[in-house]
Amino acid sequence: MSKLVYLVPLFPLAGFLLNGLLRKNLSKSLTGIIGSGVILASFIVSLLIFFDVKKDGFQPVVLSLFDFIHAGGLVIPFAFQVDQLSVLFMLIITGVGFLIHVYSTSYMHEESALHFARYFSFLNLFVFSMLLLVLGANYVIMFIGWEGVGLCSYLLIGYWFKNVDYGNAAKKAFIMNRIGDLGFLIAVFWMISQFGSVTFAEVFTKSPNTSHTILTGITLLLFVGATGKSAQIPLYTWLPDAMAGPTPVSALIHAATMVTAGIYMIARSNIMYTLSPVTQTVVAITGLATAILAATIAIKQNDIKKVLAYSTVSQLGYMFLGLGVGAYTGAVFHVMTHAFFKALLFLGAGSVIHAMHNEQDIRKMGGLKKYLPVTHITFLLACFAIAGIPPFSGFFSKDEILAAAYEKNPVYYIIGVAGAMLTAFYMFRLYATTFLGPFRGTSQQKHALHESPSAITFPLVILAILSVVGGFVGIPHIILPDAHILEQFLSPIFAASVKIQEAHVVHAGTEWMLMLVSSGLALIAVVYAWNRYSRQPELGEVQGMGKALASKWYVDEFYDVLIVRPLNALARFLNNVIEKSVIDWIVNGVGKMVQYGSRQIRLLQSGQVGGYVLLMVISLVILFVIQLFLRKM
Amino acid sequence: MPINYYIFLAITLFCIGVAGVLTRRNAIVIFMCVELMLNAVNLLLVAFSKMHHLALKAANPNAGIDGQLFVFFIMVVAAAEVSVGLAIIAMMYRNTHSVDVNFLNRLKH
Repeated sequence: MSKLVYLVPLFPLAGFLLNGLLRKNLSKSLTGIIGSGVILASFIVSLLIFFDVKKDGFQPVVLSLFDFIHAGGLVIPFAFQVDQLSVLFMLIITGVGFLIHVYSTSYMHEESALHFARYFSFLNLFVFSMLLLVLGANYVIMFIGWEGVGLCSYLLIGYWFKNVDYGNAAKKAFIMNRIGDLGFLIAVFWMISQFGSVTFAEVFTKSPNTSHTILTGITLLLFVGATGKSAQIPLYTWLPDAMAGPTPVSALIHAATMVTAGIYMIARSNIMYTLSPVTQTVVAITGLATAILAATIAIKQNDIKKVLAYSTVSQLGYMFLGLGVGAYTGAVFHVMTHAFFKALLFLGAGSVIHAMHNEQDIRKMGGLKKYLPVTHITFLLACFAIAGIPPFSGFFSKDEILAAAYEKNPVYYIIGVAGAMLTAFYMFRLYATTFLGPFRGTSQQKHALHESPSAITFPLVILAILSVVGGFVGIPHIILPDAHILEQFLSPIFAASVKIQEAHVVHAGTEWMLMLVSSGLALIAVVYAWNRYSRQPELGEVQGMGKALASKWYVDEFYDVLIVRPLNALARFLNNVIEKSVIDWIVNGVGKMVQYGSRQIRLLQSGQVGGYVLLMVISLVILFVIQLFLRKM
Repeated sequence: MPINYYIFLAITLFCIGVAGVLTRRNAIVIFMCVELMLNAVNLLLVAFSKMHHLALKAANPNAGIDGQLFVFFIMVVAAAEVSVGLAIIAMMYRNTHSVDVNFLNRLKH
């Protein structure tokens, strides 16, 4: 069955082509069926491959389709790699993707058939690219997918293209992504020059014998690519702006899948990172800093989607922290649980936005508990999951990362727990302001409030179930020995790294205490936020420190002054001075020269026969003289 | 007579002919100068033919005939050219009532 892995990206590609090329002729229901159906087909194939991979003694399967690049000694095949890591990500992408596609059929129903089909074709293209990314057997195929998801992110954020602001947000996302991609690309070139190949198997077997500095350089550059794609400092500002796109897009791309590409890449390259402790420290500190920074911004945001966006940036920070301290399984575990509850949060937010007729400001909501029961319950469950309250899924994954962080350096743990408290706080602030208390909207909106149709609530319910039970694949040893199914499943991927790292020697007692401290503090934050915001939501304007937080620490303005304005000034200079005065002067000058020359030559045509004869005689004499001298020579 | 004398004479006649073609305004005079050029060439051909004959007389009593043969060709061509040329001058006169070549500048358009 693993040999059929090429079907998994092929179905979404077919969906993209069908919906894209036939978009003028397809009805909305047919478009929805094609769009969602191909993802379901991919999910089924992924599931069958998963059962294959789960068997004991499974060896990674590399399916090479054709030689993509063949230049001298360098051969880069277009190959897919089926192993535990790629199949896990395949399931997440196609599973959550399918639910989001079903959700979109109802959420986007107000669009015309043409644009509806455009939406689904882009969404399918995105899933195709993401699958290429996780299935690639070498860095180049990964990069193709990497670029493809960046492109689809642009296309989908700017879906409502008639709005210039949305277009700018799309451009911002794409450009910041590309800056990171430069790092990735240089790392790939370096790998080719150093290892002569970019295939995972070859690179990973040759890494232990490579010089420390080179590996550090390569991994740092790869991490630069990851900061762009997965919205870490300094390239994270595109993600909150990306909320301009439709909510299912935010759920799929900016919560569950695309932003996890960086984590996948580092998890895949784990051996290289384990051999470069310097890079690991950089990754951990960047992740931690991002987690805290984004959490502080989130506590003062009033747009429901912006809170979730900053929450995503913050949770990604935790995943990078996990990777940086060597908890690769923990990071991937968090990717999985985060996909469930973050997608659920976004889809729930979409349901709320739909019910409120495109109102996104939480200050104008409130008391939606009565009117949107299913949305309410699922959203609440997701909030518990993200806050890290046991026994929900987020607790297990976050705790695994925090425990590993404690071992590396207790300071990481302390700051991490502070971030977890903030997470619980802002999530329940969001929950309470939106769903509890009295309704603060107009009476018109109140009358129109109703629960969303089943195409929307069904994915919410499924994701809620997953958010609740999804953690039980990763039960830590101290609770139940040998019950960490995920760790056992992924062990072949991280085996080389685990051998090099020092074994975890944490006292059971310490680990229980860590768990209790983090969940306890999170619970305190939950209760506090619940009480405070259900009674008195923040309706007024922010003051003092809150202003800095609400303005996102002025980072965008800083980038504007530091980078955008100088670049614009440079472009203006190049246009006005170089383009107009120099290049145009040369080009026009050539034209003027030709005209001048032809005017002069025209004078030869006087019409006077005598003149022509004179010319004949002169040329004859010249030829004669030349002949003479040629003979002489 | 040394061959140089003939060469100088022929060159002189040829240059006078060229000068005349370039300078004179009267079409018939230009024609005469063309004839002068042709005749200069004829002279030179005959002189060279005699020179070769004198040099190669011992080997072949008919050496050097080629130059003189070519003179006949040139004369034939000159005659044909004169007839055509005079016809053109006659037409020119009919149109412009003069044989001044400076009036023929319509090629400019």
